[in-house]
Amino acid sequence: MKINYFPGCTLKTQAVELDKYARASAKALGVEMEEIKDWQCCGGVYPIAKDEIATKLSAVRALDYAKHNGGMLLTLCSACHNVIKRVNDDMANDKEINSKANNYMKLDEPYNGETKVIHYIEMLRDMVGFDKIKQAVKNPLNKKVGAYYGCLLLRPSSVMAFDNPENPKVLEDFISAIGGTPIKYPFRNECCGAYVKIKNPDLAEQKSKNVIKNAKSFGIEVIVTACPLCYYNLKKVANGEIEVKYITEVLAEALGVKE
Amino acid sequence: MVNKNELENINRISGTDVKKCMKCGKCSGRCPAFTEMDIKPHQFVSYLAQGKLDKLLNSKAIWNCLSCMACVERCPRGVAPANVIEAVRDTVARMQGKDGISANDIPPIVEELLPQQLLVSAFRKYKK
Repeated sequence: MKINYFPGCTLKTQAVELDKYARASAKALGVEMEEIKDWQCCGGVYPIAKDEIATKLSAVRALDYAKHNGGMLLTLCSACHNVIKRVNDDMANDKEINSKANNYMKLDEPYNGETKVIHYIEMLRDMVGFDKIKQAVKNPLNKKVGAYYGCLLLRPSSVMAFDNPENPKVLEDFISAIGGTPIKYPFRNECCGAYVKIKNPDLAEQKSKNVIKNAKSFGIEVIVTACPLCYYNLKKVANGEIEVKYITEVLAEALGVKE
Repeated sequence: MVNKNELENINRISGTDVKKCMKCGKCSGRCPAFTEMDIKPHQFVSYLAQGKLDKLLNSKAIWNCLSCMACVERCPRGVAPANVIEAVRDTVARMQGKDGISANDIPPIVEELLPQQLLVSAFRKYKK
C-alpha cells in the first residue's frame, strides 16, 4: 500500500527522527510512504485571516498533487497537518479563498478540496488497524505513557475532526496497541506555548512546565507527541525528569525497527 | 478617531460574526494566556462590536495569543475570538515598522535544538 506523504521542513532538519521512524514503522506494517514531489514548507501556522491567500498556496499545491496521485495526502507533523487540513477545508467551503487561490494557481482544473488529508496516527488506526499493530509488536513499551495532543491535532474540531476535542482517545489506543499503559492527564490537550516561545519565552515556558508538572503528578514516565515544536518546548522544561519522545520513535522501538 | 474602513476590514478578515456573542466569558475563562492578555479574548470580541479600534490596535495581547483555538472550541455561539485576535494582529503587523519581531531578534536565540518550525511560525504570526 502506497500513500503520498508531506514531510514538512522540520522533519528534514531538526526532527529527522520523527520522519525516519515513521517510514521504518510504516514499512514494517506494509505501508510505503512516498514523499510528494517539490513540496514546499506549509508555513508552520494556518493563516486565519480571510485575505491571506499567498500563505495558503503551498498547501494547495501539495493537495492538488495528491488529488492527481491517488487522492490521499499523509501528514505527520501536527503543524503541517493542521495547516494543510484547514486550507483544504477553505478550498472546499470558502468560495472567496477558493476562487482567489485557483485564479492565481491556474491549474488545469480548479482544486476544490477533493484530497483526503490523513494524519499518520489516523493512517495507523484506519488503514493498518491497531489490532494488526498489536500483533506486530516485538518489544512492548511497558511504561506509563502520557499522550500529548496539544492544540494542532484537535482544534478547531469542526475542521480537524481528529477525535473528541475535549476527551480524545486515539493516542491512548495507540499506546495500548504498542504495549504501553496510557495515562490520561488533564493537560494533555493544553497548549505547550508554541511560537510564543520567541516573543514571550516566560509565558511559553510556563505553559510547557504546567504540562510536565501535571503529567508527573500522574506518575507518567514518557510523554509522546507528533509535533516537533511541542517536543522542543516540553523537552526543554522536562529536565530529564520525564522522557519526551515522538510517537514514531516509541512505535519503531515496539516494532523492533529502530536503528 | 474611528476609522470605519479599518474596522470593516478587521470584521471581514476575521470571518466571524462578533454580534452573535452573548458575553458568557467562556473564551476568556479557557484562555491559557489569560494572565498575559491586557485585552482578554471576550473583550476583543466586544471591542470590535463596539468599534473601539484604538484599544484593539494598541493591545499587547495580540503578541501573546497562542492561537490554540481553545476559545473558538468552547464558544457556545460559534464566535471565533482567536480569529478576531489574528485579524487585529495582522492589521498591526502589516503597518510599516509595527511588526512583532525582526530578523535581528533571531540570532541570539538560535540554539542547537531549536526546530525550524518555530522560526517559520513566529515569522508568519508576527511579521508581514
